[in-house]
Amino acid sequence: MRPLAILIALAGLLAPHAGALARDSGLAYITSERDNAITLVDLKSLTVVGVIPTCKRPRHMQRRNGDAQLMVACSDSGRADLIDIAQRRSVGSVPLGDDPEVFDLSPDGKTAYVSAEDDGALNVFDLTVRSQRGSVVVGKEPEGVRVSADGHRVYVTSEVANMVHVIDTATLQVVKNITVGTRPRRLAFNADGSELWVTNEMGSSVSVISVKDLSVVATIGFEVKGMRADDITPVGLTLSRDGKTMYVGLGRANHVAFVDTATRKTQQLVLVGKRAWGLGLNRDGSRLFVVNGLSDDMTVVDTASAKPIKTLPVGRVPHTVVVDD
Amino acid sequence: MIERRFIIGCAALLALLSTAASAAAPAAGASLTIGVLQRADDERLDPRRVALAYPFQPGGTLMAAVAMALKESQFQLDAARLRVNIEAREVHSADEARSGLQQWTRAGMSAAVLDLPSAWVVSASPAAGMPLFNAGDSADATRQQACLPQLFHTLPTERMRADALGQTLLARHWQRVLVLHGPGADDASRLAIVQATIKRFGLKAAAVRPFKRSADPRERDLSNPLLLTGVAAIGDYDVVWVVDSDGEFARGLPYRTALPRPVVGDGGLVAEAWAPHFDRYGAPQLARRFTHAAQRPMTSVDWAAYMATKAVLQAALEDGAAPSASRLLKSLTRADFTLDGFKGVRLSFRGWDHQLRQPMLLSDGVGVIATAPVEGVMHPKNVLDTLGTDAAESACKVAP
Repeated sequence: MRPLAILIALAGLLAPHAGALARDSGLAYITSERDNAITLVDLKSLTVVGVIPTCKRPRHMQRRNGDAQLMVACSDSGRADLIDIAQRRSVGSVPLGDDPEVFDLSPDGKTAYVSAEDDGALNVFDLTVRSQRGSVVVGKEPEGVRVSADGHRVYVTSEVANMVHVIDTATLQVVKNITVGTRPRRLAFNADGSELWVTNEMGSSVSVISVKDLSVVATIGFEVKGMRADDITPVGLTLSRDGKTMYVGLGRANHVAFVDTATRKTQQLVLVGKRAWGLGLNRDGSRLFVVNGLSDDMTVVDTASAKPIKTLPVGRVPHTVVVDD
Repeated sequence: MIERRFIIGCAALLALLSTAASAAAPAAGASLTIGVLQRADDERLDPRRVALAYPFQPGGTLMAAVAMALKESQFQLDAARLRVNIEAREVHSADEARSGLQQWTRAGMSAAVLDLPSAWVVSASPAAGMPLFNAGDSADATRQQACLPQLFHTLPTERMRADALGQTLLARHWQRVLVLHGPGADDASRLAIVQATIKRFGLKAAAVRPFKRSADPRERDLSNPLLLTGVAAIGDYDVVWVVDSDGEFARGLPYRTALPRPVVGDGGLVAEAWAPHFDRYGAPQLARRFTHAAQRPMTSVDWAAYMATKAVLQAALEDGAAPSASRLLKSLTRADFTLDGFKGVRLSFRGWDHQLRQPMLLSDGVGVIATAPVEGVMHPKNVLDTLGTDAAESACKVAP
C-alpha cells in the first residue's frame, strides 16, 4: 500500500467524511444522460448502491482535485458539477459554455478545454476565476479532447470535418488539421505519449497519429466474427495500466477489442452489451468497465482472462465511467 | 425560363469561420460548382400547403439544406483550398430541365441536386454529363426508368418506406392489416407497393378498401372513418394502413377508427428519411443546426438534399485533385464510398440503382418511435438492403 493510501485509510478511520482526502471509495461512478444523475456501483458486490443527482444531461466526467472530486460536464446545463466523492453530492459548479460534451484539464487542473458541439468550437475555461478564457473555431461537432502531458498542446476531434485539430495552448491557434477516418470520436495516448490513438466511429477503425510528425502513421481495422464492417463503430478507448494494450469499445458490434499497442493487432475480443462506448479501468488494471449506451448497462471484464464477469443495469443512456477502488 | 442565381461566395463564409481556418486559407485553389434544379411554381411549397406539414412533404425549398451542408464542410474545404459555388435554377417543364442540364454540362458544372417530378427526372437526366442527385422524388419507377450511371437518389423510395413499416408491423405481431387507399394515381401505385410489402413480410390484408373525401351522404361508406373501419363487413384487424398521397384524410384517421387500433402509413406512424426528435447518433445536433439555419424543422427532403450535397463535397475532398464531373463520378461509384447520415450506420449508394441505402425513422409526428431495419431482420450482404428493391429484383443495373 502506498503511503498516501495509508494516510487516507487512517483518515477514513478517524473521520469518515474527511472531504479533501477522500478517495478509495470502492465505487464506480457512471453518468446517466437521461436520469440527470451519477449511478454508484459497489466494486465488490457489483451492484448499484445509490445515485448522486447532477446538472442536466451529464456526460463526460473526470477526477479532479487530487481525486477528491469528480468533475462532470452537463450538456443541457452549460456547466460542470463538482461532486465530492466522500459526501456523495455536488459541492459546486463551474460554467462550461453551451452544450459541453467532452473536456480535458491542463496538467495543473486550472484550465478546462471543452468541446462545444453546437458551436463547432473548443472553449477554454479558467476554473479558478470561473470564466471563459478563449475559444478556438474547429470543424463541426467537436467531440474528443485530450491535453498533452506537458500541457502545451490540446487535441480535439471534429465528427463532421473528420479531422483531429492540433491546438497550441499558449496561443490558442490551430497548429495542424490532421484528416483521419469518418466521424472521429475519442482520443488516447500510448504509454510514452508518442502516439495519439483516435477512434473513427463511421470509419470502423482507429487512426494512430505520430505526435512528433502530426500525421497518421497507421490505421487499425477490426473484424468481429458474425458482425459486418458496418456494425463496427468504435468510440471509447483506454490504455491498459501496463501500456501494452489499448482497449477499444466497438460500439454496435457489442465487443471490446484488446489491441496490442506494439504490433497494433487485436489480441482478444470480449462480448459486452449494446453500443459499447465508455471505458474505465480500476487502479491495478485488472478490471475493465464497459458502458453500453444502447442497452443501458455496464459490463465488467476481467482483463487477464479477457472474460466478462457481470453485466448490470446502470441508468438510462449511460455515458462515462470512472472507477475509484 | 426563370433563372435565379445565388452564388454563395467563400469570402462571406470564410469571415464566419475565420480564426482557425485562416491557417489554410484558399489562395488559388480548385473550385467546383453545384447546381440546384427545382421546379418553378412548386405546389408543394405553397405556404398554405407547407403549413399543413403533412408527413414526408417538403417543409420549404431544399436550398437551406444545400447551404447548410456547404457551410458545415467549410473547415475541410478551406484546408483543401477548394472553393465551392452553388447555382440554383427553376424550371417549368421537363424540356426546360433537360436544356438546363445541357447548359450546365457545357458550362462545366461539377454536380447537380434535383428536386423535380419523377417524369422530369426521367426525361432530363440523360442530358447531363455530371453526377445528379435526386433529392425530391420517391417514386420507385424513377430508379428503374432513369437507370443512368450519373444519377443517384438520396431520398428513400416508396417501397423502402413501405418495407420499413412492414418490418415494424411484423416485429410488433400486428399482422392483420386493414388497408385504406385514396383515389389518386399516386395512391394506386403506392397501394400496389404496400400490398407487395404485406405479402413479402407474411402479413395479411384483412381488407383493402378505397376511401374518398366527400360530403355526399350517398358516399358515406367511402368517407366516414367509422364506417370504413367497422368490423361488420371485414372482421377484426390489428392495424390500419392508410395510403393517402394528399394527406388530409390520413391526418384525421387516428383515434377515429371503429376499433381501438393504431394507424400507420400516411397518418399515425409514418416512415421518414428524417424526423424531428430523433435523439441518437448525433441526430439532435444536425436537427438543431438545421433549425437554426432554416428557422424550421428538417424534413426528409431536406435531409436528402443535405446528403446529396455532402456526397458531392466528400467525393471532391477525398479525391484531392481538381474536382471535374468525371472524377467526382469515379469517387462516388467507388465500392467503399460511404457517408455519415446521422443515423448510426455507414450509408452508401447501391451498386444497381444508385439508391442511397439508409435506415428509416418511424415517426408519429412527435417523436421517433422505432427505426428500420428492425432487429432480427437478416440479409446475406447488408441488412439495409431489406428496405427497397434488392439487387436481384432490380431491372436497373448501372454498376459496371
